[in-house]
This record gives sequence, C-alpha cells and structure tokens, in this order.
Amino acid sequence: MKRLMLALALLSAPVLADSDLPPAPLADTQLADPRQEARAKALMETIRCLVCQGQSIADSDAELAGDMRAMVRERIAAGEKPAQIRAWLVRRYGSWVSYDPPLNRTTWLLWSAPALFLVVGIMIAARSFRRRRR
Amino acid sequence: MNDRVKWVPLVLFILLGAALTYGLAKPNDTNITSKMIGASVPSFTLPPATKTLPGLASADLANGKPHLVNIFASWCVPCIAEAPQLKAIADAGVPVVGIAVRDRPEALARFLGRNGNPFQAIGADDASQVQMAFGSSGVPESFVVDGKGRILQQTIGPINPPDVAGVIATVKAAR
Repeated sequence: MKRLMLALALLSAPVLADSDLPPAPLADTQLADPRQEARAKALMETIRCLVCQGQSIADSDAELAGDMRAMVRERIAAGEKPAQIRAWLVRRYGSWVSYDPPLNRTTWLLWSAPALFLVVGIMIAARSFRRRRR
Repeated sequence: MNDRVKWVPLVLFILLGAALTYGLAKPNDTNITSKMIGASVPSFTLPPATKTLPGLASADLANGKPHLVNIFASWCVPCIAEAPQLKAIADAGVPVVGIAVRDRPEALARFLGRNGNPFQAIGADDASQVQMAFGSSGVPESFVVDGKGRILQQTIGPINPPDVAGVIATVKAAR
C-alpha cells in the first residue's frame, strides 16, 4: 500500500506542474549550421529564464525556457540578428530578461564601479607610499 | 590620523550590514510584469484549441469592443480556482477570450466540461509564442484589452474573488 501511494505521488506531481505536450522541435535540437548554432547558443546563455529565475534559458529545464530556446533558434535560422531578438524580449519583459545589462540611468554606477574602485585604490596606494618615504 | 576619521570604516560597515539585512528581510517579488501595457496587442493568429470554439487572432481584439484575454491551460491548477471568477466576469457582459498554452484539445474539452466555459474563443498556443509576445511569463495571466486592441492591464496569477469587480470596472471604463 505504502509503495503504491509512493508510486502515485511520484507519478502525479510532474503532471500537475507541466503540460503533456512534447518540447518544441528546436528546444533541444541544434541548428544544422554550426555558425548559426553558435550565435543562438551565445544568445541563449545571456537570456534569463522567466520560470527558474537566476538560470539562463540555456541551462533551465522549464518548459517555457524550452519554448524560448526554440524561438531563438527559429529566428536565428530565419536570419535575425541576436541583438534584434534580445531587443524583442527586452521590449516585453524589461532589461530584467537580459544578463547583459544596458548602460542607462539605473546602471551607470554598476558599469563605472570598476573604474571608481581603481581610482580609489590608486589614491590610497599613493598616500601610503608617500607616508612611508617620509 | 584624525580621531573622527577612524570611525568611518565602522560606520560604513554597519550601514552595509543594515542594507543587506533589509534586503534579506524584504519578501522577494518574483512577478515579472509585462512591458506591453499601453502598447497594441502583438499581431498573431492562433488556430482553435477545441472543436467547439473558434480560434483567436489579434484582429478579433480590435473590433471596437474591450476584451479580457485569459492566458491559461488545462494542466494548470490555479486556472481551476480561477474558473468561477472568469464565469462571473463573462456573466457581467465582458467578452472573455482564451489563449491555451501547450494544451491538447481533449484535455481542454475535459477542463471546460468540468469547470464551465466562460470563453467566446480559445486559440491554441502550442509553443508559448503568443504568450511570450504578450510579455506573459506563466499561467494563468489575464490582460484587459480595449476596443482598439491596446493592452490596458495585466493580472499575474489567478483573478481572485476580490479582483472581479476591479476587472469588470476596467473593461467597462474602456468602452
């Protein structure tokens, strides 16, 4: 009885969470042209999954991530540029969906932080050298 | 070194600790709102998702009447909980249309038979492409679309009983 319940529980859980349609044809199949596939792969690694937030669509097993991979491959095969596909997604989900943050009013500090830290570091070093020489 | 300057690192450290503690304590909002609100519905044509109802195209949403577009699926559990609210909205005279994500006709027919059918039309979105075009990231989600086909409002997750009046009011105001 216990074993039967366990089997039922294992069977029922995934059914509740996902559809029973198979993945889209291009979700897990590489494009025939290796150069196109490389472009698609590079883009998929910098697009964030909407379900498993924090994973890229290249890494995620979510059904929506599979459909997003299929969409990326279809559009690359149709000759669209990766930047156009990224822009299409950003128009719908905001720059949240991209792992390649644009430079704008909210992100300027993020982009300039390395340079700022370098300047501060040089200043501290210069002061400490001067003190030692004395 | 100045006596006061000595305390600066400690103060900075306490401020940083306070900021991090606040970030941990604040509940994380994982909803992703669509940036398509205010824009026209994306252009699409979807085939019928069941034998009994017509499919859905973007042209149907720009016919002069506001609509509630419900993105759902028969395999989605919260969609069952949402069904009575959709029925109440349809009964109030709001045209409700559906986009069925990754669904099968037989499963959808069973779902409508069990939970009631508030829909005038349901399009089959087998690869989530139209869902993505709306900027939707899950099921169920609902969009209020005005008579010119402009997206006015998005509800993420099921429409709960307290939300029904607000959705009806938004649709009526869009007339």
